[in-house]
Amino acid sequence: MTIPPLLMGHPLANKENASYALLTMSRIRKFEEAVEDLFGRGMMHGTMHLSIGQEASPTGVCMALNLTDQITSTHRGHGHCIAKGADLMRMVAELLGKENGYCGGRGGSMHIADVETGNLGANGIVGGGIPIAVGAALSSHLMKRGTVAVSFFGDGAMNEGAFHEAANLAAVWKLPVIFVCENNGYGMSSSTELAFKLEKLSDRGLGYGIPGVTIDGNDVAAVYEATEAAVQRAKAGDGPTLLEFVTYRWKGHSRSDKNLYRTKEEIDEWKIKDPILHFEQVVRERGLLNEDEIGEQHRLATEQVIAAVNEAMKGNPADPAGLLDSVFKKVSA
Amino acid sequence: MSDRKLTMSEALREAMAIALDERPEVFILGEDIGIYGGAFGVTGDLYHRYGSERVRDTPISELGIVGTAVGAALSGMRPIVEIQFSDFTAQAMDQIVNQAAKIHFMVGGGLHVPLVLRAASGSGTGAAGQHSQSLEGWFANVPGLKVVMPSSPYEAKGLLLAAIDDPNPVIFMEHKLLYKVAGTEDVPEGAYRIPLGVSRVVREGKDLTVVATGIMVSRTLAAAHELDKEGITLTLIDPRTISPLDMDPVYESLEKTGRLMVVQEAPEHGGFINEVIAKVVTSTSLGHLIAPVARLAGMNVPIPYAPQLEKAAVPQVDDIIKKAREVVASWR
Repeated sequence: MTIPPLLMGHPLANKENASYALLTMSRIRKFEEAVEDLFGRGMMHGTMHLSIGQEASPTGVCMALNLTDQITSTHRGHGHCIAKGADLMRMVAELLGKENGYCGGRGGSMHIADVETGNLGANGIVGGGIPIAVGAALSSHLMKRGTVAVSFFGDGAMNEGAFHEAANLAAVWKLPVIFVCENNGYGMSSSTELAFKLEKLSDRGLGYGIPGVTIDGNDVAAVYEATEAAVQRAKAGDGPTLLEFVTYRWKGHSRSDKNLYRTKEEIDEWKIKDPILHFEQVVRERGLLNEDEIGEQHRLATEQVIAAVNEAMKGNPADPAGLLDSVFKKVSA
Repeated sequence: MSDRKLTMSEALREAMAIALDERPEVFILGEDIGIYGGAFGVTGDLYHRYGSERVRDTPISELGIVGTAVGAALSGMRPIVEIQFSDFTAQAMDQIVNQAAKIHFMVGGGLHVPLVLRAASGSGTGAAGQHSQSLEGWFANVPGLKVVMPSSPYEAKGLLLAAIDDPNPVIFMEHKLLYKVAGTEDVPEGAYRIPLGVSRVVREGKDLTVVATGIMVSRTLAAAHELDKEGITLTLIDPRTISPLDMDPVYESLEKTGRLMVVQEAPEHGGFINEVIAKVVTSTSLGHLIAPVARLAGMNVPIPYAPQLEKAAVPQVDDIIKKAREVVASWR
């Protein structure tokens, strides 16, 4: 079975879409499990921010986007990269600090970008990508490209000034941008209860004169539907939308996290709401995929991730010799 | 065309109009740059000539403006951002330093940020501590940014056009006292470019080499005319871009003069101009020096309000004359 690199449409529309949605979520999870393992074994250095448990959001959003639509991502961005169509091998190679990685070993996990799939990059600064997405939308508007820009960010970013300024500019200029807040409950260790006086973070949309919607972020079909509506609104020239996808990260914020700020019970509770298990149940009930077909997606994902890791390992380590020449883009004569 | 003595505002506006005509991807955004014509009148009538889409008024939102420009630059545009007072870049620092400067490098070269950030810089207007700083050194210390300090209308037009052509983020620091002063050189009507990273030897002398930036170039020139009368002649070098920095003309000049003086408006401590000294004393040029290096910079204080205080805080023509005399007289 060949899976197109990027498939648009409702995850429950047909067998092909359901397979694609499941495969994408599974690829994200297995990629992150693999890199966690590599970190654990001391084969990767630096830090990492895993999005295990949040796979429905990037998958559902990107199924509503064209290849030419653009995204900005976050420090927790592997899922966004993969769902937008990035090459797993080049991602692993980057995390391993190889020359053939996406950034040639200059960026690592927090700075992967992929021009070909419209990914303007992950970001190590909380909220840093939000105004950048607004700029991409402004570019689309000025050049009449008809594309939309999506900014993924976490609940933590919504208390950054960058969110406020970006949302306001996008609103007053009616730009084709979609603000996607993946509310996973914590900005590092600060719970949303401590950081907000709001039940629904999407209520902030009102303050900018844009619609805000809160959706179950572990339901890939609901994520797709909300995004698709926002895409239509953006393309019709009606401006931005703020989407809040409520989800949860199973793993700690980063490698240093000892989970002191939350309970094991809470984590276990959310594991029951696993977006992948949930989707499997739905496709099974609807008769879209049978057990074998479900298993096949996971097998494919595992195979692809293993192949990516093996291939990436063969790459040459990034060479310091080229560093000074990489700071500026050469001025063409 | 002869006898075109423009102010720096006019020269900058001409450069932007040329860029807007030449490239559909160029647009300008900033606070009050539209109908108002810019806080210092630099954009002037461009709003009426090019419309509100390409000469884009923004809310007061520096971080948002620069971030939006970064995103547009990543997506095929060539934005020119106007920041009313360079002091307000502090509001946008994340987007300048953590985003614009680093994206090309961090992502491995697949993206680049052709962005020009113009900012009104420097003291002398009685606007006190938050509207008068010379912050170029901040940016020169960030790999990935180019930093331009035009010293005259002719220079400003040619450097701005080169900055707009450049595929990298360029911080363009315009001294606000230069905006309304007509230059001494003619400014050609059409397009011309002054490459970034090439210093200019403004004048040549035999006793002293002076490296000065921004408005200190014209102040040093004024000082040089006085010193000429006393038989002290100086070579004046304007780096034009403090990053990248072209030191070759400085080294060459020191072979002849043996004396170095550096002048900047920014505070002395940690300032850019110290880099010029460091490069000289860590090179073979050190062997040509016959006198200690003289340094003239702003006092290590916030720019004060009262006119006499403000003047005292940064080098004036008389200070340059006095310092130059000392260096030459003490070290014959």
